[in-house]
Amino acid sequence: MKIYLKIWRQKDVDSKGKIVDYTLNNVESDMSFLEMLDVLNEDLVAKGEEPVEFDHDCREGICGTCSLMINGQPHGPDRLITVCQLHMRSFNDGDTIVIEPFRAKAFPVIKDLIVDRTAFDRIQQAGGYISVNTSGNPVDANAIPIKKHVADKAMDAATCIGCGACVAACKNASAMLFTSAKVSQFALLPQGRVEATERVQNMVRQMDLEGFGNCTNTGACEVECPKGISLENIARMNREYLSAAVEG
Amino acid sequence: MSGLIKSSIARKVVMALSGLFLVIFLVLHVTINLASVISPEFFNEASHFMGYNPLVQFIMQPILIAGVIVHFVMGFVLELQNKAARGIGYVKYKGSANAPWVSRNMIYSGLVILAFLGLHFYDFWIHEMAYKYVEANPEDPTRYYAETVEKFAPFWRTILYVVSFVLLSLHLWHGFASSFQSMGVNNKYTPGMKSFTKLFAVIVPLAFAFIAIYHHLNPITH
Repeated sequence: MKIYLKIWRQKDVDSKGKIVDYTLNNVESDMSFLEMLDVLNEDLVAKGEEPVEFDHDCREGICGTCSLMINGQPHGPDRLITVCQLHMRSFNDGDTIVIEPFRAKAFPVIKDLIVDRTAFDRIQQAGGYISVNTSGNPVDANAIPIKKHVADKAMDAATCIGCGACVAACKNASAMLFTSAKVSQFALLPQGRVEATERVQNMVRQMDLEGFGNCTNTGACEVECPKGISLENIARMNREYLSAAVEG
Repeated sequence: MSGLIKSSIARKVVMALSGLFLVIFLVLHVTINLASVISPEFFNEASHFMGYNPLVQFIMQPILIAGVIVHFVMGFVLELQNKAARGIGYVKYKGSANAPWVSRNMIYSGLVILAFLGLHFYDFWIHEMAYKYVEANPEDPTRYYAETVEKFAPFWRTILYVVSFVLLSLHLWHGFASSFQSMGVNNKYTPGMKSFTKLFAVIVPLAFAFIAIYHHLNPITH
């Protein structure tokens, strides 16, 4: 396959970036998208040029590190996968592919396609945890009966890998889906209820401080989320937040 | 409290509540307007009541105007924040791949409705205020039907009204059900609510458009 690439190149956080054109002649349809970029980088290095920087780690769709906007969609055109799970068979010979970093003011570009997603870490640190007695005789979590469908919903929320596709897809660069998944995974379980009020208030405050946009309920985040995190979580976070405000 | 006012969730709840309030008003408005097609006498009576009842004039009307102002001012504030949150825009952004057009363009349907409200206020509200308080005319409970029908005589005004109702339909199509999500309601009734929203978003603006076209086509002959 012959593939035409238009890739965002940016030297560093302070530089102005631009789209640079590349052509790859020998792309195999069974290559993963990241392998295709590896081939491009090998070519660039062989020519003495700077390779394209992009984030990747596990390449198994579970770590949430890869983060590319491909032809205007986070993680590319396929559903419920990360970029590392995207294969070149999803494209045709002669296609032009535009590759950009996830865009949000809260996700500044560090270099080329790599963005700084530590804003998510700070939201998590603001309340995405439970305080547990680790004195040596903790109560086994399984000792507390939890309804199956509730446990399932908590687990569904906990599958969020924090990749940032929700922010990238949202026309408002809102982080509501990420934050709501992290709020929900605890809010649904009895262990998480103890700190529920402070958690939702602190995490939403941090989310707003980071400069993410507001939710317009378009549902783009849910569609593009590689883990299929549901909009129900955003509604749950809104409920949690409003009841926390009533509690004071 | 200041934290609550600055919070993105609280602002969305303000949008949702003011939006739902305006939805309720629309139901009242379209009901009275339909009377102008069915019974001019009842339309005159209802309009006179709305125009001269102190509770409606001095309590409900200011609340309604406040509701409109809150809804569009907050809409602008949120839109500006949202634009700023993206920073540098995408070279290629395929919004249509994951969200319907109506949900992505609420600001534009809203702006058309706002412009329409300017015309609508000029047509009816300012005229009414001038009639009652500036010109200090005596009460005339029989004038409303003729005044309304006369307004729709020009083709251009009828078209502007109908186009605005199409945009109102698009705005309601997303906004009505979306307001429940903003207030934290997403449960087994949500699919039903979304279906009802679509029905509402078609029927109410269609009724408004029908009334405008009906009066345009059926002028009062002297």
